[in-house]
Amino acid sequence: MKDPGLVMLRKSPYPYWFLIPGGLVFTVFFLVPSVMAFWFSLTRWTLFDQEFIGLDNYVQFFREPALASGLWHTLVYAVVTSGLKVILGMALAVLLTAPILGRGFMRSVAFFPVLVSTIGVGLTFQVLMHPTEGVINQILGWAGITGPAWLVDPDWALLSVAFVDVWQGVGLATVIYMAGILSIPGEYFEAAKVDGASAWHRFRRITLPLAKPATVSVILLSLIGGLRKFDLIWAMTKGGPGFTSDVMASVIYKQYQAGFYGLSTAGNVVLFLLVILIALPLFWFFNRKDDNQ
Amino acid sequence: MSTRRLSWPLSAVAISLFGVVFLLPFAFILLTAGKTQQESAALEFSWPTRWALVENFVAVVEARDYLLIIAFINSTILTVASVSVVVVLASMAAFVLQRRKSRWTKAVNLVILSGLVLPPAVVPTIWVLQKLGLFKTMPGLILVEIAYAMAFCVLLFQAFIAGIPKEMDEAATIDGAGPLSLFFRVVLPLLRPIIVTVVVVQTVFIWNDFASPLYFLPGDENATVQLTLFNFQGQYTNSYNLLFMDILLITVPPLVMFMIFQRQIVSGMIAGSVKG
Repeated sequence: MKDPGLVMLRKSPYPYWFLIPGGLVFTVFFLVPSVMAFWFSLTRWTLFDQEFIGLDNYVQFFREPALASGLWHTLVYAVVTSGLKVILGMALAVLLTAPILGRGFMRSVAFFPVLVSTIGVGLTFQVLMHPTEGVINQILGWAGITGPAWLVDPDWALLSVAFVDVWQGVGLATVIYMAGILSIPGEYFEAAKVDGASAWHRFRRITLPLAKPATVSVILLSLIGGLRKFDLIWAMTKGGPGFTSDVMASVIYKQYQAGFYGLSTAGNVVLFLLVILIALPLFWFFNRKDDNQ
Repeated sequence: MSTRRLSWPLSAVAISLFGVVFLLPFAFILLTAGKTQQESAALEFSWPTRWALVENFVAVVEARDYLLIIAFINSTILTVASVSVVVVLASMAAFVLQRRKSRWTKAVNLVILSGLVLPPAVVPTIWVLQKLGLFKTMPGLILVEIAYAMAFCVLLFQAFIAGIPKEMDEAATIDGAGPLSLFFRVVLPLLRPIIVTVVVVQTVFIWNDFASPLYFLPGDENATVQLTLFNFQGQYTNSYNLLFMDILLITVPPLVMFMIFQRQIVSGMIAGSVKG
């Protein structure tokens, strides 16, 4: 780059057309539908023709408790899964960076569920969570605890699915935290130990603050994932019993199945806005400093 | 970390915790997949009185006119095609986006980020597919999977390309390489480590994807492996042994990937999540 004039004259070795093939697919199959969703959500729509009906779909969406409650459930689900993944992910990461036997194997075991079919996990836990015959309540019974009816109890259904989500996803949170913890210089812990800091103090004053970037990643990732969750809920409860575990993504699918395409798309737009409203402020708040490489 | 001795009490706690919480469900899958139908209906965590693994395997494969075989073929085509195309398209785009820093590329990066965060608009996507005559076709589903995977892949490639010195490009250009041969002959071979990561991570994602085939490629003859689980649930409400055999079978490919590429998968997913 000694002579900028010469470089300008030559054709750039980085032509913009390299962006076209990928950009085209991304635009046609992701961006265009996303933008069109705003229009279709204002119509009564059969895929072949549309009739403009203004905000009727949205009115219907928020007026029908079965639909509107999905919005609330989505928030609960995202917050519960995200919070538990932060706490348990951190705890497992501390455990798995401690000097214990079989550490490597346990790291693999904790991470593997992330890669297993979510539907498979959902159906497996549906059986394990059977109210009377299920293994989970059997084990709780040995400990003298009467377990809830899990998926068939309206008060527990959504939480039960959220717990399974945490079981499946906590491994990712754990490896993110482990990467954070292992990047903390060992001298910090040494020095603190010499100064007589207890294990809890070392965790509280060193690990926790220095693992903050990891916490940010885990929160963002699991919130965004939780808000969009569909497959696990569909495999385990299909939104039931009643509508007690229906979330936005399952509402969207049910309305689509029922042929209410406009209403389904309105739900989709609501979900968009929900994700943007929650993710964007967090994103900007956390990412202000480390903009680009 | 210091010179620390193994902590035996902590090890004992950890091992029993992991055994119950993480290994028991997988053991349950394996045990139930090996039981007879009658025994599996008890939903118990117990050793099968008679192992019926082979019978169950044959029954699952033969069920509904070998639907599972068709599903495996469909899922393999879907995964291989989507992953190989997205690797080429995403690495090309990432190369230019990383090397040319301008207001334009900044804006493009922002749009790409939206692809990582926003939930896809499903019914409008069906509308687009229908307009193009691609609804309920494998190529249509492949294109959608490529679009959904694009953001993640471009970001991962960009981060990696940032570590390749620009002098490489300049040397190749001075030697007379055009943009195409610069990228495909000089840069792409250097991307091998990240390509492996992207390929294995996306293979697992797309193999496990349930929602996209459900929406965009409905129909029994088009079933992908994830959908076969539901086909079982509907047909054999009480054949838990077959359901769990099916779960076992579709878990094998990710397990094999994991055993071979554990490091790449973990590092790729950490990088992807930290970037996003």
